[in-house]
Amino acid sequence: MVFNRREFLKTAATASAALALPALSSRAFAADPIKVGALYSQTGGLSVAEKLLANGVMMAVAEINAGGGVLGRPVEVVVEDGASDPKTFSEKASKLILKDKISTVFGCHTSASRKAVLPIFERRGAMLFYQTHYEGFECSRNVVYSGAVPNQQLSNYIPWIVQKLGKKKFFIVGSNYVYPREMAKVSKKLIEAAGATWVADEYLELGHSEWAVMVSKIKESGADVVLSNVVGDSIIAFYREFKNQGLSQEVLPICATVTSEIEIAAMGAEYAAGSYTSFPYFMSIDTPANKSFIDRFRTFVNDPKAVTYHSLEAAYFQVFLWKQAVEKAGDLSAEAIRAGIRGQTYEAPGGKVTTDPDNLHCWLTPRIGQWQADGQSKVVNAYPAPIKPLPYSAYGETESNLFCTSNGLDAAKLKG
Amino acid sequence: MLDILFIGLSLGSILLLVALGLAITYGAMGVINMAHGEMVMIGAYVAVLSGIWLRASLLLAIPLAFIVTALLGLLIERVVVRRLYGRLLDTLLATWGIAILLQQAVRLEFGLSFLGIHVEGLGAGLQNVAVPSYLQGTFRLASADINAYRTFIIVITAVLTLATWFILYRTAAGMQVRAIIRNPKMAAACGIDVKRINAMTFAFGSGLAGVAGVMMSGFKTVFPDMGTTMVVDGFMVVVTGGVGSLFGTILSSGLLGEINALVAIGTNDILARAVVFGVVILVILVKPSGLFSFKGR
Repeated sequence: MVFNRREFLKTAATASAALALPALSSRAFAADPIKVGALYSQTGGLSVAEKLLANGVMMAVAEINAGGGVLGRPVEVVVEDGASDPKTFSEKASKLILKDKISTVFGCHTSASRKAVLPIFERRGAMLFYQTHYEGFECSRNVVYSGAVPNQQLSNYIPWIVQKLGKKKFFIVGSNYVYPREMAKVSKKLIEAAGATWVADEYLELGHSEWAVMVSKIKESGADVVLSNVVGDSIIAFYREFKNQGLSQEVLPICATVTSEIEIAAMGAEYAAGSYTSFPYFMSIDTPANKSFIDRFRTFVNDPKAVTYHSLEAAYFQVFLWKQAVEKAGDLSAEAIRAGIRGQTYEAPGGKVTTDPDNLHCWLTPRIGQWQADGQSKVVNAYPAPIKPLPYSAYGETESNLFCTSNGLDAAKLKG
Repeated sequence: MLDILFIGLSLGSILLLVALGLAITYGAMGVINMAHGEMVMIGAYVAVLSGIWLRASLLLAIPLAFIVTALLGLLIERVVVRRLYGRLLDTLLATWGIAILLQQAVRLEFGLSFLGIHVEGLGAGLQNVAVPSYLQGTFRLASADINAYRTFIIVITAVLTLATWFILYRTAAGMQVRAIIRNPKMAAACGIDVKRINAMTFAFGSGLAGVAGVMMSGFKTVFPDMGTTMVVDGFMVVVTGGVGSLFGTILSSGLLGEINALVAIGTNDILARAVVFGVVILVILVKPSGLFSFKGR
């Protein structure tokens, strides 16, 4: 780029003004609140799930403020509505970063919305904290991922199904979009490695709830276990149809990766009793820390029957990871947070979590829960300690051969 | 093969359940009622609320939902639809507005959530309806396992269809409705109270939607947006069958249901849905007024 003198002066002046302004204002109002963004759908089809996540963030902020804030300053949340639409998500992300001058946003639930906002966070140098378990295959230096990636949900799950449940033939079923398809990819590797086979890999339209044909296919397939990556309200219709066609969870269990306490409550516990889900967090985890978390959440949302689940717990603890990173770095900029958060550890309601120094995903403890007649899970298997997140496990990433490091993605490994 | 046909029959009966009410309001009155899906939703919420607050079973919710949605339909007809007869696009917009109002009313718990009051069973979340144990699972019939709840839906749909047929073709009021379908002005000239009959017809159509909602609540999720996709399927069936023809609606729902099931078994559900839409487009291209239609109006 060639600058002439006038343009150079103009740019220099703007740049220095931009640099000086925040410095001035922060000095002038030292006890000003720290602003962070909460970008979730408050309206539209996804608002049911996303409002709960926003509640998790709001509760964490309220608790941080009650405990004296961050760096001695209170935290103020600017709530924006993504309206269940990726385009709106990207507009609102720009607004939070450019207009409100916010460097940290907690938000997004679907991968579609995350992909939509990602370029904005990367170009404008802001940090996104994303709590939902997702398909991996992402290595952004501007996102802290506090939910599980496929290896944390599947690496213990599939071998356990094969060895402990003695199942040999998998029927893989999912909603038709990127997450279930990536999960299926990882699953197939693990199934073959465990010495079992898969007989089908089928998909139903997202949000579709007519399961008659699919369940009848499952019945005819000769499979002895169903691996479900079905999402959203389709889950409820699926489990109900499953029972209504006379299939029994004892003989042919559904092993799910998405079905959480929320869906169990919505379908009626008797339909899921006996089936399994793999998640790092369950509401039934029997520790004082988790009991207290459930009580506080119920009080916070003013609903004595509210349930807690993996994404909600992650939405909550990611705020504390952010707080620790800011306090360690003593600064609010994205670079400072990124440097500060590597290796941060926090005692979350479900146990210890650590932000991975390489890929900014979280070390979580894989657990397998079996759903009981009361709508709660019984943890039937758990890793002794949190395991390292591997966002590219579907493509051959292992702990000794990392694709995603602090320098970003090693694209050469992805091709090989 | 038998179980595939059964699934097709079941898919068809679900389509018919939603379309039956539409066939009457759209067919008889020429009102494109976009709020029909919301009537289904209200019916489902009646099942949820009566289950929670009255400890009523799903069976009791059926007449209850019929009464609630029929009254609501009557109200909508009196306040809005009556003023818009003959203005097709205006009724479309107005009833769409009503649909959004109804959705938000449920989501905001009729405004109570602003005051911090939470009514169990309402709100934006997912709700569930308890299904009696004898309607869960399967029963054996001639060495085949038959899905109990789907059989229940087929039976209820058949009963409602028969009742509708009886009212339309074997009662005096039904004859008046059919007269209005053929030619409303001539019917009025013959001394039929078109306004009153229209109001009753609209209420009846809405009541049928309410019953459909109760049936849906037993195997689908109940939430404020649940009606939006159903109304599309409903119109699809009615238009394919021929506006104003009860027989056409029955036939087209059965046809589309079986096509859906057969294609889905052979390939997958995603393709099956595309094929169903393809068939609908083809029918409309070849027979623009649907499979069965009246001359007149």
